[in-house]
Amino acid sequence: MAFLSNLVNGISLGSIYAMIALGYTMVYGIAKMLNFAHGDVIMVGAYLAFCAAQYWGLPPLVSLLVAMAACTVLGMTIEKLAYAPLRQATSLAVLITAIGMSYLLQNLALLIWGANPKVFPDLISLDSLHLFGGELVIKGATVVTIAANIVIMVVLTLFINRTKMGKAMRCVSEDRGAAELMGINVNRTISMTFAIGSCLAAVAGFLLCSSYPMLQPTTGSMPGIKAFTAAVFGGIGSIPGAMIGGILLGVIEILGKAYVSTELGDAIVFAVLIIVLLVRPTGLLGKPMREKV
Amino acid sequence: MSEVKKRHSDTRMVPYPSQAIVPERDLNRQPVLETRHLGIEFGGLKAVDDFNMIIGRTEIAGLIGPNGAGKTTVFNLLTKVYEPTTGTVLINGRDTKGLSIVQTAHLGVARTFQNIRLFSQMSVEENVRIGLHNQIKYSMLSGVLRLPSYWKQERRQHEEAMELLSIFDMQDLADVRAGSLPYGAQRRLEILRALATNPSLLLLDEPAAGMNPHETEELMENIAKIRDRFQIAILLIEHDMSLVMGVCEGICVLNFGRIIAKGTADEIQRNPVVIEAYLGKRKEG
Repeated sequence: MAFLSNLVNGISLGSIYAMIALGYTMVYGIAKMLNFAHGDVIMVGAYLAFCAAQYWGLPPLVSLLVAMAACTVLGMTIEKLAYAPLRQATSLAVLITAIGMSYLLQNLALLIWGANPKVFPDLISLDSLHLFGGELVIKGATVVTIAANIVIMVVLTLFINRTKMGKAMRCVSEDRGAAELMGINVNRTISMTFAIGSCLAAVAGFLLCSSYPMLQPTTGSMPGIKAFTAAVFGGIGSIPGAMIGGILLGVIEILGKAYVSTELGDAIVFAVLIIVLLVRPTGLLGKPMREKV
Repeated sequence: MSEVKKRHSDTRMVPYPSQAIVPERDLNRQPVLETRHLGIEFGGLKAVDDFNMIIGRTEIAGLIGPNGAGKTTVFNLLTKVYEPTTGTVLINGRDTKGLSIVQTAHLGVARTFQNIRLFSQMSVEENVRIGLHNQIKYSMLSGVLRLPSYWKQERRQHEEAMELLSIFDMQDLADVRAGSLPYGAQRRLEILRALATNPSLLLLDEPAAGMNPHETEELMENIAKIRDRFQIAILLIEHDMSLVMGVCEGICVLNFGRIIAKGTADEIQRNPVVIEAYLGKRKEG
């Protein structure tokens, strides 16, 4: 039973990683850049949900929606102000800008909300699930996280495969130049990608802090890096890859902490990443690189 | 083949105000394309210089010239991949100065590429439907939720895509991944994808490259068929002279970025300047 409980917790943590990894992988696939400020958008989302619930007394669901809407705008603004002007620049310049943006967000949060950790309120007031005659207890937040993840995966897959904007995203990801000549507005498509990624980051921030209720300006960094790892693990640029990579990473982390060593939990995660990349350099579902002749 | 050839060599080309010539039937209509003193420099090198061309509404025109003459650069100027250093490009009478690639595409210019650039991970039908992209009306919400308006649009788009595919008898390949098609079929699909954007000017960059003589002949008939059916203008870059001479009404010869000759197929074939550009100067004696 302890194993089952760990597994469920792992899937729950992995679901959060997957949501964040989607932001990394979509932006990489479509805009061909690594948005290292993505982790900090999670933190901003969590703070906003915290403020909405704690200070303004809004109901949990409304707080979440406020955070989602604000992060969507934030993501699009970051893209417009910081990344769009660098569209023709080298990828290194964009990468440095993204790292700068990450520190900017962290320090703004420090300025606004201070360095003292805030305790995220228990917003998911759902009773724990008792299974197997009370032997397996699953927390309400865990149930909500996993359910939310499933919904997001399904909606996103439909969006990418069935809508006009989703199709435009796949085109831009394959050949930006040809997409433009076919009349697809690349700027709008990239902007939309950031909007979706940042909106998912807000959900991830809300769920993360519901399970691990410590909120400070650096809250987003570690999950951000791990989710980036998950995206690489699954094959960066691939949406199903990010989902699988995220969940696997969460499960490996929790099981590693439970059965090997609590201190070495993170080390195990990254060791697995290195091994996978040695065996499959493009990640689990990544497309093999083809040299153009 | 002979029928196609005959039909087009019969076209009477008449002088247009300015140096250009257009088919007689297009004389009193707004030209699809007009360039005036178009040019671009790359670090002092004039890749294209003083390029003047007029294409009639339903004309099939050819752009030929030795390798490196600047033919693809002209295409990149017409589609605004490059911003010209000098001169203007008028598409359907509208100046494209300052317009983006997307805006220019919306004015009615579509193209194919010398090295095929299909969305190779997508199906054949999806590729064609990317072209129809701008005509999709259902909202994002109804796309995800599959509301009736979505299904109606989908059905119409599917029919339109199938109709386009039928031009090259490719309906059976609709669900095949574009990247796995044989080379000739990929070239044909690229033309269909461009046609789907509902252009008034179709630019074909070496459509017959890599095709065998039989396929080339078929392509030639299809180019004429497409023009007749959609009533559009087609400008093509091609090295296969049987195709150019067989289907193009007006031909423009480019060398070192400058136009060295313009005229009908017969005129071009007899033009000593053109022969010299292709074969070099005949030694005296």
